[in-house]
Amino acid sequence: MIRLAVISGKGGTGKTMITAALVDLLPGTLVLADCDVDAANLALLLNPELICTEPFMGMKSAVIDPAVCTGCGECEMHCRFDAVHAEGDAYRVNPIRCEGCAVCVHICPVKAITMQPRQTGEVMYSQTERGHLVHACLVPGAGNSGLLVHAVKKTAMVQDRNCDLFLIDGPPGTGCPLISTISGVDVVLIVTEPSVSGLHDLKRVVAVCRQFRPRILVAINRFDLDESLTESIRKWCAEEKIPLVGTIPFDATVIDSVRQGKPVTRARNSPAAQAIQILKTNLDQELMHYNNQR
Amino acid sequence: MKIAIASGKGGTGKTMVAANLAFTLSHTCQVTLVDCDVEEPNLHLFFPAPGTETYVNVTVPVIDEKTCDRCGMCGEFCQYGAITVLASRVLFFPELCHSCGGCTLVCPKSAIHEMPKKIGTVTFATPLPRLNLVTGYLDAGNPHAVPVIRAAKKMAENDTLVICDASPGTSCPVVETLDGCDACLLVTESTPFGLHDLELAVDVAARLGIPAGIVINRSDGQDQATLDFCTNHDLEVMMTIPFDRRIAAIQSRGDLLCRARPEWMKAFSALYRKCCALAGVD
Repeated sequence: MIRLAVISGKGGTGKTMITAALVDLLPGTLVLADCDVDAANLALLLNPELICTEPFMGMKSAVIDPAVCTGCGECEMHCRFDAVHAEGDAYRVNPIRCEGCAVCVHICPVKAITMQPRQTGEVMYSQTERGHLVHACLVPGAGNSGLLVHAVKKTAMVQDRNCDLFLIDGPPGTGCPLISTISGVDVVLIVTEPSVSGLHDLKRVVAVCRQFRPRILVAINRFDLDESLTESIRKWCAEEKIPLVGTIPFDATVIDSVRQGKPVTRARNSPAAQAIQILKTNLDQELMHYNNQR
Repeated sequence: MKIAIASGKGGTGKTMVAANLAFTLSHTCQVTLVDCDVEEPNLHLFFPAPGTETYVNVTVPVIDEKTCDRCGMCGEFCQYGAITVLASRVLFFPELCHSCGGCTLVCPKSAIHEMPKKIGTVTFATPLPRLNLVTGYLDAGNPHAVPVIRAAKKMAENDTLVICDASPGTSCPVVETLDGCDACLLVTESTPFGLHDLELAVDVAARLGIPAGIVINRSDGQDQATLDFCTNHDLEVMMTIPFDRRIAAIQSRGDLLCRARPEWMKAFSALYRKCCALAGVD
């Protein structure tokens, strides 16, 4: 099995659109995961049938019993996350700020504080035409998105260890959810766009990926919106010896397909679908090459 | 007045709105723009200027192997699994550490002290006479964005007019950015993705008690689902920016809409007045 994650650095470059198109085109048995747990959108294009859901318990959160609390303030003094504040005669923990370290439990002289489990999301296991999809929703504003990414990947791997390709729609950025997404992944496909922001963010996400082991590939979406910046990206990739596996033109069909809840490849003759066909062929070769080297 | 620009979905135009709003306001008053998208900060690309850099440090434990008797209490206490105590030595995984200080508190031998560890930087620049730009950068490979966002916002805490550009998403970095702001603008695009993620972003703002207004970007006229959602949730659409390849080209080459097409400054001034009304500020 090859593990492939589609990521981007910059948000909104077209990760989900390309992931859904690859689901449509790539051969073999697939298992899919949407690791952009903050704002998961892959299901909107794959029309999955939900099989089951499982609550996601993030880090525990501290809870102060106001009946026991003497208001000494030791907890507030020791909390490094600014999560504890006075409320009347007692103290209260703000669950949005609490990172679950349990220092306050340890420090409280009257044992008024306990750690309580809390549900901060849900992991969903679904069936699509091409295989199982594991996705999730994080309670808006909750922390631990990296842990939830880990839970999504684990569920997918346990259920489908015999599939040919584990395909992940990743999060934007370079922080905790991204690192959790790419750890243990064989190949990353970075989707960028021809803008100064796109190139800047591409460089940063490549720097992060290089601290892990995956083989790095790049695709440029909406390449014709600025051909000179596309050329800069192409040149940079060549210098860095990163294969450019596809360039996709701006195409209004992409937005139409998203509105219809379908991968753009269903509009077979559209310029975007044809470009993604070429991307798929190049990607397939890269994956075969990777497998042979292994 | 502190305004946060957020979105849920990435690439909807947060940075574009933040940059143009700040650029417009800087013609009449002093503004501080804070790039809180510390994983992928982009505002500096639109306002290139030399800056002064300060390090963002967190504290991590250092275990004195001579004093430590491998009792294991630190490893047992650490809620993040950052410390594993073996028979002969102690393993510490800095990327898992949240710098809570718990291990130093529980160690019965006082064998643990804390040391600063750099996780990012904050850069302060003045690209325009009345515009300060504070940019948080998370070091590559570091997962902890929140302390860098906190440090960037702290640099602007005494300023009267502050605009914070958030990262995409709805989890801790966005909460840290929105926290303490008087109003937030949620930038969306009229697709099912944009709407799905807007709903989540609206939920985050509501949980934090921050009034929110909506900006629809790259509108191709098919905004009805978004408009219906806004009506149903009593949210004002404060600005609609049409889809136009020429606007996209201005942004992608690192220029500003309001610099290239000054007539847009009127719309961004109006957007600011709506933000003030939303926050209940004169």
